[in-house]
Amino acid sequence: MTKKILTVDDSRTMRDMLMLALTDAGYEVVQAEDGIDGLETLEREGADVVITDINMPRLDGFGFIEGVRANPAHRGLPVLVLTTESSVEKKTRAKEAGATGWIVKPFDPVKLVDVVRRVSG
Amino acid sequence: MSDPLNTPEDAQQELMAFMAGGQEFCVDIMAIREIRGWTAATPLPKTPGYMKGVINLRGTILPILDLSARLGLGTCEPSGRNVIMVVQIANRSVGLLVDSVSEIIMVKANEIQPAPSVAMDEMKALIMGIIPVGQRLLSLLDVNLVLPEIEVEAA
Amino acid sequence: MSADDPFEAIKQTFFLECEELLTDLEASVTALTFGDGDGETINAAFRAIHSIKGGAGAFGLEELVRFAHVFETYMDELRSGRKTCDDTAIRAMLHASDVLADHVSFARGLIPSMDEERSQTVANELRALMDGGGPVVAAAPDPSPAADPIEAEFDFKPVMFDFGDASDAPEVVAPEAWTITFKPHVRLYETGNEPALLLRELARLGPCQVTLDTSELPALTELSEPAACLSWTIELDAPVELEAITEIFEFVEDECDLVILPKGEPAGSVEDSAAADVGIAALLAAATAPAPAAPAAPAADEVDIQALLAMATAAAEPAPSAPAPTPAAAVAAPSAPAAKATAPTGSAQAAGGGQASIRVDLDRIDKLINVVGELVIQQAMLAQSVAECGLAASSTVKVGLEDLEQLSREIQDSVMAIRAQPVKSVFQRMPRLVREVADMTGKNVRLITEGEATEVDKTVVDRLAEPITHMIRNAIDHGLEDAEGRAAAGKPKEGTIRLAALHRSGRIVIEVSDDGRGINRERVRKIAVDRGLIAADANLSNEETDNLIFLPGFSTADSVSDISGRGVGMDVVRRSIQQLGGRISIASTPGKGSVFTMSLPLTLAVLDGMVVRAGGQTLLSPLSSIIESFTPKEGDLHRIGARDWVIRFRDRFLPLIDTGRVLGFSKPDAPEITGRDGIAIVVENEGGSQVALWVDDIQGQRQVVIKSLETNYRKVDGISAATILGDGRVALILDIDALVVLGRQQANQSEFKIAS
Repeated sequence: MTKKILTVDDSRTMRDMLMLALTDAGYEVVQAEDGIDGLETLEREGADVVITDINMPRLDGFGFIEGVRANPAHRGLPVLVLTTESSVEKKTRAKEAGATGWIVKPFDPVKLVDVVRRVSG
Repeated sequence: MSDPLNTPEDAQQELMAFMAGGQEFCVDIMAIREIRGWTAATPLPKTPGYMKGVINLRGTILPILDLSARLGLGTCEPSGRNVIMVVQIANRSVGLLVDSVSEIIMVKANEIQPAPSVAMDEMKALIMGIIPVGQRLLSLLDVNLVLPEIEVEAA
Repeated sequence: MSADDPFEAIKQTFFLECEELLTDLEASVTALTFGDGDGETINAAFRAIHSIKGGAGAFGLEELVRFAHVFETYMDELRSGRKTCDDTAIRAMLHASDVLADHVSFARGLIPSMDEERSQTVANELRALMDGGGPVVAAAPDPSPAADPIEAEFDFKPVMFDFGDASDAPEVVAPEAWTITFKPHVRLYETGNEPALLLRELARLGPCQVTLDTSELPALTELSEPAACLSWTIELDAPVELEAITEIFEFVEDECDLVILPKGEPAGSVEDSAAADVGIAALLAAATAPAPAAPAAPAADEVDIQALLAMATAAAEPAPSAPAPTPAAAVAAPSAPAAKATAPTGSAQAAGGGQASIRVDLDRIDKLINVVGELVIQQAMLAQSVAECGLAASSTVKVGLEDLEQLSREIQDSVMAIRAQPVKSVFQRMPRLVREVADMTGKNVRLITEGEATEVDKTVVDRLAEPITHMIRNAIDHGLEDAEGRAAAGKPKEGTIRLAALHRSGRIVIEVSDDGRGINRERVRKIAVDRGLIAADANLSNEETDNLIFLPGFSTADSVSDISGRGVGMDVVRRSIQQLGGRISIASTPGKGSVFTMSLPLTLAVLDGMVVRAGGQTLLSPLSSIIESFTPKEGDLHRIGARDWVIRFRDRFLPLIDTGRVLGFSKPDAPEITGRDGIAIVVENEGGSQVALWVDDIQGQRQVVIKSLETNYRKVDGISAATILGDGRVALILDIDALVVLGRQQANQSEFKIAS
């Protein structure tokens, strides 16, 4: 079955890029524009993997991941964080919030798909 | 008739017959968009005498041409009995003011004869040929040429 | 790159998004400038820069990324409160926003070159502020990137977006084989990681011998709280690099005990368990099987990996229980997360929940607008016919028709609203302009905008920018005094320019006002006289004097400055506004300032016209060209030559054009102008010269929908377009400029006839 990936990013460019890279690799992609939209979309559509930005209006990536993990049904859901910051601090915070891993922007589509596969099988 | 081959000479053409300046004409029915009763036109300045002006055709501005005047048959003083044939010329719609429309006739290409050279200058230029129908003689009008102000590529 | 290239399409999306982001950034910085900002405002600015950088990185726009990075880093300092957002900070942000916008324009190919020097200067300014807020080092001739702490930390390498093959195989060096011991913590499961997948990734590197250690697994009865009790030892028999292995464990290195050693070195504490040669699959099966089964001797059967993964996943779920029991329902209720949201500090859009919108082709909307226009005309015609029938006012037909009229108008308004856009997009470009002009003139200027939400047709919005730009330039350059001048006048050092938009009687009004010196009427008058624009003894009101600045060839600056001019005078501004069917005027109070007021129709599809009769025809004269209309008194009309007439208007004599005759509507034997009653309409052509049109009668003002004559016919001399009046009849709209030319030609012809 095709795996469904939820991408959460306030940048249309980023969403389009992820869409292109992931659909090229045969994934189904659903999109959300910020953390709140992301949580709602996840409840509505479900997903096998989530990729989220950190800096977003309304609800940022950390808050979003906490929201995801708060639902027992999503406790094992792989959530990858997209970040331009390669700083340890951001990764640590993402981890604390419950992120499975991270993808550093700008991403290489091949590596992106690699990482997605690594956390989702 | 029994010839199964529908040669170009045999090809049937549908024409609309009408009266203008007291004479009988016809045009290819495919060129006609609609036929309307006469409504007063708003005159346009600085235009040839045969331009009656413009009318409102469901929101577009339709130029009206007095076909009788255009053919050199005298100007038409329109009344409620006159009609406007809305024809398509290139990508424009133009209204032709005529006396009346009579009927649709079917003619074969080989029934159309060349226009005799006796015709008046204005008319000769616009007539593609003549068609005898019983006792009547209809002149086949090329609508693409009636409005010289509009450049129309030869069909 | 072809247009179908999805990558190129995304790049275009990126640039469009950049436009929006830059607008957001500008808005945030402007808010901060006026002290209306808060933490969220800084956050929003940060996000905008961050998004631009993120996208730019993907497209390998290095210069843009480099600058955005410095800017972003600085904004992060402000955001975190490590640096305070004071006036210096705001000034730096303003400069940086402009440079960032330039970088985007350059990357997009909109500007031919990038002012690298300025970019460096501004970047250094930001760095200097970050380095402790010391004085900005103006001369920074050595921008060597390596020496820069930020540049050094900045490990950006452009990764081009490439959809080519994935042949990125690890280089073969290093030890022949590895021994890895891996003991996940509970947290590893809690973050959605999965040992089975990690082991599978290892197996992709080469043949693995995996040993499961269940020694720490308590007896089922003691299994009170789920803990990560399993550990694995993996013998990886492949000469891969260490990084290839650590990369697999990249996400979990803090959530597990991990030891990676070249094979043969002491294996640490992990006990060698019984099973020696067990396939990874079987091991996984053991790992994920119910606890009691685990101590049993590992089954050596090969198991389908998919099935295993399924089991592994299934087993993983019950394992880690919630350490901090958050209400499970929190996520299910869509509104609940909103309450948790960290960001919203009164942001208006917060609760909006995604405004649904669709993109519609402009042509379709235009078609709809046209059809609705027809509907309104048809309905008016129907109403007129019904009125002629003489029905009682209470008849159902009349009442129904009135309802229909109401509905038609509502539909028309709604349809027009589809194309309406706020003037915000234009207004937001102005702060930068003000900064630039202020810098150039050395003046201190504050811009206040009002009515940004005022809506107007899209086509009008697009064309507002140019006249507003000119008006603002003019206001700063000519309106505002310099610092000494303001001080001498007892005014605050900072000059104020106010840009406002409002709706007034079916039009949009844009006002640009300044608190400067106002119009020097003496001087304006002198210039106008010197240049022969008015007679030396002309008796002009204050208002008339002020408006002389719109006359062609008039410029109050002794030399046309680069700022307000670029050789462009106010006459050009007025002409461009007139072309949009608009008007402009100025009101000035000496010493206090000036207000430029321009008014435009809400849409270019309609025109405000004066309905007149001439030569028996109903015609429309565009209201924007009309200065005044009046009935001439005895002695106002004078004949010059055989057929020309002039008319007295404010101490001057203007050429009088007999509209009906010039257009050929009047009968050749119609009496001369003096032989019939009429009204003179003073109009102004594009060149700014005035003439009077002679008409029989004025029937009133009306807003009409413009209809092209060219659609079905051609351009007609003296006529700009047509329209349909309420009675369904076509009325022609006068082309004032062409009419003036026609009048002149006819005059020449008649003179010629007389001469010959």
